[in-house]
Amino acid sequence: MPNTQQLENFVTQVRRDILRQVHKVNSGHPGGSLGCAEFFTALYQEVMDYTTDFTMDGNNEDLFFLSNGHISPVFYSVLARSGFFPVEELNTFRLLDSRLQGHPTTHEGLPGIRIASGSLGQGMSVAIGAAEAKKLNKDSHIIYSLHGDGELQEGQNWEAIMYAAGNKVDNLIATVDLNGQQIDGCTDNVLPLGNVKEKFEAFGWDVLEVKEGNNITKVIEGLKEAKSRTGKGKPVCILLHTIMGNGVDFMMHTHAWHGKAPNDEQLETGLSQNAETLGDY
Amino acid sequence: MKKYTDSGKKDTRSGFGAGLEELGKKNENVVALCADLTGSLKMDAFKENHPDRFFQVGIAEANMISMAAGMTIGGKIPFTGTFANFSTGRVYDQIRQSVAYSGKNVKICASHAGLTLGEDGATHQILEDLGLMKMLPGMTVINTCDYNQTKAATIAIAKHDGPVYLRFGRPKVANFTPENGTFEIGKAVQLTEGNDVTIVATGHLVWEALQAAEQLEEAGITAEVINIHTIKPLDDEAILKSVKKTGCIVTAEEHNFLGGLGESVARVLAENHPTPQEFVATKDTFGESGTPEQLMDKYGLNAEAIIKATKKVIERK
Repeated sequence: MPNTQQLENFVTQVRRDILRQVHKVNSGHPGGSLGCAEFFTALYQEVMDYTTDFTMDGNNEDLFFLSNGHISPVFYSVLARSGFFPVEELNTFRLLDSRLQGHPTTHEGLPGIRIASGSLGQGMSVAIGAAEAKKLNKDSHIIYSLHGDGELQEGQNWEAIMYAAGNKVDNLIATVDLNGQQIDGCTDNVLPLGNVKEKFEAFGWDVLEVKEGNNITKVIEGLKEAKSRTGKGKPVCILLHTIMGNGVDFMMHTHAWHGKAPNDEQLETGLSQNAETLGDY
Repeated sequence: MKKYTDSGKKDTRSGFGAGLEELGKKNENVVALCADLTGSLKMDAFKENHPDRFFQVGIAEANMISMAAGMTIGGKIPFTGTFANFSTGRVYDQIRQSVAYSGKNVKICASHAGLTLGEDGATHQILEDLGLMKMLPGMTVINTCDYNQTKAATIAIAKHDGPVYLRFGRPKVANFTPENGTFEIGKAVQLTEGNDVTIVATGHLVWEALQAAEQLEEAGITAEVINIHTIKPLDDEAILKSVKKTGCIVTAEEHNFLGGLGESVARVLAENHPTPQEFVATKDTFGESGTPEQLMDKYGLNAEAIIKATKKVIERK
């Protein structure tokens, strides 16, 4: 297991990867990606039991589903640096003939991806289906998923949330990235989510909060706590409080960088705040 | 001309239910999901005999389709069941992203398709589903004609690795294809031989085409009736071979003429062998309440309409 410094170095390198990917093609979604760098690092470097000998079925390993597919830069960076595909392939992000499509897809056969996502609100249902399949297969591994907070405005989530509680899908840990921002502004202004914790609880979920979603130690603690609560008859939800654009000062606390790439100068500023740790691709 | 007899009217949805139950016994990876229409889809036997593999999702079709996509990860072969309207239009984006684009082995099984749903009216009578489904890359689209064929198709699609849309209906109709017959996806079934016209029909219109062919024979016109159970991939070869002999074609389907079987056939003909064609289909309209017979008559989807279209297309040769 990596120590905290190693994990923090990993996070810093992931931030550089995110910035460099979106800068190169002048498109993509850096804000939410940066906010979730610690979460992905925690999952793939510490918490999940998986193999990089990728099979679509993923039997006898933990699986992860990204529902808010637009934060593909962080997903690709962490998958590559965890050994799923060559790190150099990050150079092909969003380019013609690339396996690293704008939003994650199985279509080009990129190892680590098990479902296309991008059109929002479908990932929770997919994760539940995979969790039910694990139960049928008597596979005791866990299904993890990540969802944006704005994404909860999609009604399908609430169908899925109702199903998972009603059918005791207790091998599922669904994390909601509570950064309070979406494309048009603050979630409170666009369409208020209300009390997300109470809503999940009212539907019958076991909910825990990670208040410092950009503190790698706290994120790991939260994920491990969530794992300890699986198998007890309730699906588990983590409300992960993150800062959109975290780690790059001018991108933080604003929705402005949801789907906008930095220019040359902004890239340099962002990179200067995140020194190279594991080597750029 | 070869004659076909009705062994006793049965609904195609019961063929689906029987096929699903047989699959349940044979293949433990087959799972079924239903959105609160277990009885209507005739999924009761599967539910009763394989309760651990039956998933009642409630009135939540979007969740059902995406869940089915997730269940393929781990090797399951999910069959989803609800009405055709709620199997397609309501969940188009879920099918598009989570099933078709993701290449998942989901079987979308849709009952109560078309006008023959009857009295519930246009809110439930989808006439656009074949078009919606055939436009999705990688999607196989099947519309079966009777109980026996629906049962055979249900069993056959479990062996096909990839997404499938299987469309069937509500009313009891003639059952005339062989019991326990083979079902080959993408392979047209030629039912009669003829020289004057090719009649390509799908679903409930296949029996009507046979009735039309018998009446046309009395008038001295021989019709080659082809049962196209698979709209996609379409058996181009069978269609082209027949029209090269007959020189004209009538397509018949319980679907809008925009986007249905007829348009697929027209594309094949335009590309390979331009041929006069008449379309027996609804003409860019919604349905309404009524009995299945009344509706099929009013919207021109029966043997009489096929005969009329045949006479017209022969004149255009």
